[in-house]
Amino acid sequence: MSDNQHNGNWWIWKVFWILLGLTTFEVLLGMFKPEFLVNTIFLGTKLLNHVFIILTIIKAAYIVLTFMHLGFEKKSLKWTILLPALVLVPYLLFIILSEGVHAYIVL
Amino acid sequence: MSNKENYGKPWEGGDKPYESSYGKLMMWFFLITDTLTFSAFLAAYGFSRFKFEDVWPIAEEVFTHFPFLHGEHPLLFVALMTFILIMSSVTMVLAVNFGHKMQKNKVILWLSLTIVGGIMFLGSQAWEWGHFIHGDKGGIETNTEYTIHIAEGEKLSSVYKLMDIDKYSDANENPFQYFALEDLTAEMKEGFDVQNIKSLIEKLEAKPEFNIRKANRIYLSNEESVNYIKENATKIVVGANLVDNEYGHRLFADYFFFITGFHGFHVFSGVVLLIIILINTIKGTYEKRGHYEMVEKVGLYWHFVDLVWVFVFTFFYLV
Repeated sequence: MSDNQHNGNWWIWKVFWILLGLTTFEVLLGMFKPEFLVNTIFLGTKLLNHVFIILTIIKAAYIVLTFMHLGFEKKSLKWTILLPALVLVPYLLFIILSEGVHAYIVL
Repeated sequence: MSNKENYGKPWEGGDKPYESSYGKLMMWFFLITDTLTFSAFLAAYGFSRFKFEDVWPIAEEVFTHFPFLHGEHPLLFVALMTFILIMSSVTMVLAVNFGHKMQKNKVILWLSLTIVGGIMFLGSQAWEWGHFIHGDKGGIETNTEYTIHIAEGEKLSSVYKLMDIDKYSDANENPFQYFALEDLTAEMKEGFDVQNIKSLIEKLEAKPEFNIRKANRIYLSNEESVNYIKENATKIVVGANLVDNEYGHRLFADYFFFITGFHGFHVFSGVVLLIIILINTIKGTYEKRGHYEMVEKVGLYWHFVDLVWVFVFTFFYLV
């Protein structure tokens, strides 16, 4: 279950470098804004924004699954925690953001 | 714990289906509710942003400064704040890890470093807020409720530059700081607003290289700018608060204060919890108890704070 815990600290630093690398990459993208990512529109927004969101979700997964240790917990606990968030948050975003688009159009 | 074989399988009603302690489970449940709270805030931010898409401020134009550095460095300061928080997350995992191994001194070391990281983050946020509240380039509020900005050609300029005013001079010389003067009635303030707009128009007529950028980021010529201001401008705003916002739509400032403030309050609570468990560790409470689970629980909370920041960083500063 938690072999990781007893094998020294290397995995912590590994995750740290991954998080740092992803953040640096995001900041560089945000500073230089590669043109094809800015000009390509996909699903109503710039491709660049999709890249940011995907990178953010990867970072979040690393934090939750390794730092918060959820990846090593019992399956039952894991899904009890993850399911409400994975179902309710996208649902909330979907209804509120589409409402925002509607408000933009009518008001 | 030891005679696990007596219990049923996890999904079949065994009495420890999660194999997790009560405390950790409750921390997780609290974090789920907090996740939904923060999602609601960010979703609300998204709603307003989608609704006012054309006039929403661009974060890179708002957060451009870095302490002790001149010029514009968008993103650099928040990148540093993100780095500080990730770093403090790492020191927290290390503290938890050494807690499992019952190495008291190492737990103390890494917990202390986590606290230092948390305080550094709070300090950075205070600087960021201070800068945001104090303002940068200044803006002009209009009766359409949107904020317009001074530009030179196609480049954003500043109200201070147009009006030849030193931003850092005190309230007697800097007409934009009239709110710092004491005993001003509402009428007197309005008088200042009218006077400011008047002198702005004079300056704009005298300096043809200046013009304005409308809230929807369309640049007007100098002549058009003068007419537009005469028709629409109500007052000059510098800085941001819950009512006025020099950077653009006032909701932007409201969300900024509310979301980063709520997150900052979480960080602050986290630091307080960390200090409490550090004291307990030093006193040997957990050593006596035989386990460092309390460090783990506070660790969960601390990582959650980092997690939220990862999303705030993306949706407030990047996207």
